[in-house]
Amino acid sequence: MTLLLAILALVCLVPAVAAVLVRNLIHSALLFVLAWLGLAAFYLAVGAEFIAFAHALVYVGGVSMVVLFAVLLTRPGRESALPAPSAQRALGGLVAVSLVASMLGSSIFWTRLPSVEPTPPVPLRRLGELLAGPYLVALLLVGLILTVALIGGLLLAAPRRPSEGGDA
Amino acid sequence: MILAAAAPASPADAWLERAPLLLRDALTGWLPDALRPWVAALLSIATILGVFGLLFAYMTLAERKILGRIQNRPGPNRTGPFGLLQPFADAIKALTKEDIVPRAADQVLHFLAPVVLVALSLIGLAVIPFGRNLVAVELEASVLYFFAAGAATELSIFMAGWASRNKYSLLAAMRALAQLISYEVPLLLSMVPVVVVAGSLSTTGIVAAQGGWAAGVWPHWHALTPWGFSAFGVFMVAALAESNRSPFDLPEAESELIAGHLTEYSGFKYALFFMAEYLGMAALSAMGVTLFLGGWQAPLAVLEFIPSYVWFGMKLLLLLLGFIWIRATFPRLRIDQLTRLSWKFLVPLALVNLVNGGLWAVTSDWTGAAGVARWVVSALLVVVPFVVLGRSLTAGYGPRTYRYASP
Repeated sequence: MTLLLAILALVCLVPAVAAVLVRNLIHSALLFVLAWLGLAAFYLAVGAEFIAFAHALVYVGGVSMVVLFAVLLTRPGRESALPAPSAQRALGGLVAVSLVASMLGSSIFWTRLPSVEPTPPVPLRRLGELLAGPYLVALLLVGLILTVALIGGLLLAAPRRPSEGGDA
Repeated sequence: MILAAAAPASPADAWLERAPLLLRDALTGWLPDALRPWVAALLSIATILGVFGLLFAYMTLAERKILGRIQNRPGPNRTGPFGLLQPFADAIKALTKEDIVPRAADQVLHFLAPVVLVALSLIGLAVIPFGRNLVAVELEASVLYFFAAGAATELSIFMAGWASRNKYSLLAAMRALAQLISYEVPLLLSMVPVVVVAGSLSTTGIVAAQGGWAAGVWPHWHALTPWGFSAFGVFMVAALAESNRSPFDLPEAESELIAGHLTEYSGFKYALFFMAEYLGMAALSAMGVTLFLGGWQAPLAVLEFIPSYVWFGMKLLLLLLGFIWIRATFPRLRIDQLTRLSWKFLVPLALVNLVNGGLWAVTSDWTGAAGVARWVVSALLVVVPFVVLGRSLTAGYGPRTYRYASP
């Protein structure tokens, strides 16, 4: 089990790191798809079947499409073509590495992890009953927030009428 | 002797019905217990590959023959009797052709795209119940698994189009993405009421929920209820778009984009794309049969002597022939018409149908006059939105007037 989890962690982490490092935006988006698939496999390994398939469906089927669409429809800015001066890049790298290292270090070393009893996976029917019962309000609120975000996105993206003084 | 002569008590006990399982047990019975499930799994994989590989081969032939007949020409008839060996001739041709990869192409993604596409088209078939007890993998959320596997297919079409470094291919990739985002939504929404009414996310559970007959003759198939009929229609239109079939084959529209994402593919990689198209079509049709047409259930009780897998095959072939017929009948849509059809017609229809399905599930214990009212309300919830949405969609488009030269 530990070996399996280690392999899955590698499947998640290697594409994720590579996605940050590669220059080609399409490649990094596709690498992220691989990382998301690794995450779905992780859910599957711990018995959360429903979450695994929903994750694959939403992220691999939906979010990846939107990301790729956004990458294809937007052009990279002029300034990103030129690399920043090496001193500036070194400083930036140092700040980023130390920030991530301190965050990860503090969360790993200062968090007292409770020893967790392995819990049996929740049956699908029970999951549905919980979502439609005690957690109904939370579910509806999430839906509402997402709808508001969608409408906000539409408002931002919709072309303005010339009378309002917009440029497109 | 008396035992052997007695008629089987239920159709599930008939010898033909159990033949595939008996064959599997005969093939794996001599193995040690630890190996048996592995070999059984390999056997089901081999069976699915074999059956659907042959189905793919003969679907291409059937498509060319039927398209030919519809267009008043004979179709392929030179290779073997009635052209029956044509698929194998095509396979040999595809295997021996030179495989050309453009120098500017993204080599890795260009190679990966057809491979990923075929793999993703195949894995969905694992959860389809092809007959009584004939399902390769039994999962609690198998419907979700199927759609998760299918959702990634357009991703590989995008990979193919983008990696080719060809402007036509790139346009095809963009179209594939737009099409997927548009049609994934109605596809999933049309499936939800089935899950609500059947009360199960597993394909076997959904087929079991469609067993039995109302008044002894009317099967409990979902397609034979008002909400189910509407959902079935939306599902099949979305499935047509998902499998990139005419009239929704915009990514490879040959009159606009040469061959779209297939432009830079040749030889066996091209054949793999072709295979994936047919496998994806077969998988979605199989899901349609499972969700709406009662899966492997026989339409009448007296016809249950025919094995369940034969019924499944017949329904599957019926849907696939429908796909071919549609291809021969309708002209290709424009990309804006395609997305508008989805967002302004199929999605609202599927949303209304969601309410309809929920109502059907809540009123499942209504009988007599209330039962009739239930059918009428459900039918109204299908017809009224269909007419209203259809009118708004086609407003300002006709009727077309034809003017002929006077004699």
